[in-house]
Amino acid sequence: MMRENSAAERLKNGIITENPTFVLMLGMCPTLAVTTSAVNGLGMGLTTMVVLALSNMFISMLRKAIPDKVRIPAFIVVIASFVTVVELLLKAFIPFLYAALGLYIPLIVVNCIILGRAESYASKNGVVSSLFDGIGMGLGFTAALTIIGAVRELIGAGELFGFGLMPESYVPCSIFVLAPGAFFVLAALTAIQNKVKIAGERKGKDMSKIQSGCGGNCMACGEKGCAERRAGGKEEESNG
Amino acid sequence: MVKELLIILISSSLVSNVVLSQFLGLCPFLGVSKKINTAAGMGTAVIFVITLASAVAGGIYKYILTPLDITYLQTIVFILVIAALVQFVEMFLKKFMKSLYQALGVYLPLITTNCAVLGVALTNVQKNYGILEGIVNGFATAVGFTISIVILAGIREKMEYNDIPESFKGMPIVLITAGLMAIAFCGFSGLL
Repeated sequence: MMRENSAAERLKNGIITENPTFVLMLGMCPTLAVTTSAVNGLGMGLTTMVVLALSNMFISMLRKAIPDKVRIPAFIVVIASFVTVVELLLKAFIPFLYAALGLYIPLIVVNCIILGRAESYASKNGVVSSLFDGIGMGLGFTAALTIIGAVRELIGAGELFGFGLMPESYVPCSIFVLAPGAFFVLAALTAIQNKVKIAGERKGKDMSKIQSGCGGNCMACGEKGCAERRAGGKEEESNG
Repeated sequence: MVKELLIILISSSLVSNVVLSQFLGLCPFLGVSKKINTAAGMGTAVIFVITLASAVAGGIYKYILTPLDITYLQTIVFILVIAALVQFVEMFLKKFMKSLYQALGVYLPLITTNCAVLGVALTNVQKNYGILEGIVNGFATAVGFTISIVILAGIREKMEYNDIPESFKGMPIVLITAGLMAIAFCGFSGLL
C-alpha cells in the first residue's frame, strides 16, 4: 500500500483510480472538441496538465492567504493567469498546436477538472502533494485524450499520429473525425463505463467512484456542484 | 451591413451550431434536457445571458483593453466580467422583475461557468467583430443552443419508455441521439 498523499500515490490516483475522463467524466467539452487526431489530443492534454499542475501548486501555496468566502473567484483568477501564460507560450513556440487547438486553449479556464482539483485538493493539502496531484490528473487526462484521439483518427482517417496504419483497401469512415463521431465515441465510452459499473455492482464491489459527469443534472458540472461533489467524497479521509 | 449580420445570424445558429459542432455548453445540453419546459427555460436564460455578456465583453474589449494595450488579459477579464454579470443579473431580476426571476432564476447560477458564454466572448474578439456584430453573434449562438436543447428534450421525452440495452441507458443513448442530431445539422453546411 502506498503512503497517502505521496507523489507516487497521487500520480496513480490521477492516472488510474480517479482518471478524470474515464472514471469521473469531467471536462467533456475539450474531450469531444479536440480529439480529432491523437496529436491534438496529446497536445491538449499536456497543455491542460501544465496549467493544472501550476495552478494546483500556486493555490496550495496561497491556501492560507485566500479568505474562504472569495475562494472561487480567487481560484479562477489564478487559473486564468496560468492559462494566459501557457497560451502566449504556445503561440510563440508551438504555433501549429496553437492553430489546431484555437479557442479551446483559453477555454481551459472553465474546464471543471481544474477548478475541481483546486477546490477539493489543492486548497487543503501541501504544495508538493498538490503539484503531483495536478501532474497525475493531467497525465490521466492526457492519456484519455490521446486514446480517444487515436481511436477517432484510426477509424476516421486510417492513420495514427499521422502515419497510415490501415491497409490500402481500408476506406476511412470520415464521420469519426467530424462532430457526430465525437458523440458516438463518447457514447461508446460511457456505455463501456456503465457495463463495468453494472458488472462490478453485481459482484458487490463499491463502484460509487465511477460517475457519469454531467449525468443526472447540470449541477454536476457547474463550479459549485463539481467542486462540492468532489469535496464531499474524498476529503474526509485524506484530511483526517 | 444587414446582409453581413444575417450571415452571422444563420451561420452561428445553424451551420456551426454551438453545441453540435463546437461542443460548447455540453453540460447543460446533456443535463437539463429531460423535459421540454425546463429545456426551453434554460434556453431563454442562455439567450439572455450570452447576448448581454457579448455586449459587455465587446464594450470592455474595445474601450478599456484596446486603448490600454492589455488585450492579452482578455481571458482573465472576460471570465471575471461574466461571473460578475451573472450575479448582477440575478440580483437585478430578483429585485425588479419577480416573474422573470421565477422563470429564469434557477438556471442563472448554472450559466456562470458555462463555457459557451466565455466561448462567444472570445470568438467575437478572434473574428474581429464590432460590438453590434458581437451582439448578433452572441444572440445567434444562444438561439442555436436553444434550438438544439429543445429538440433533444423533445426526443428524450419520446424515448423515455423505449426499450434500451442496459449499458446504454442514461447518458450513452442521449449521446447517440446528440450524434444523430449533429449529422442532421451537418446538412445546414450547404446553406451559406
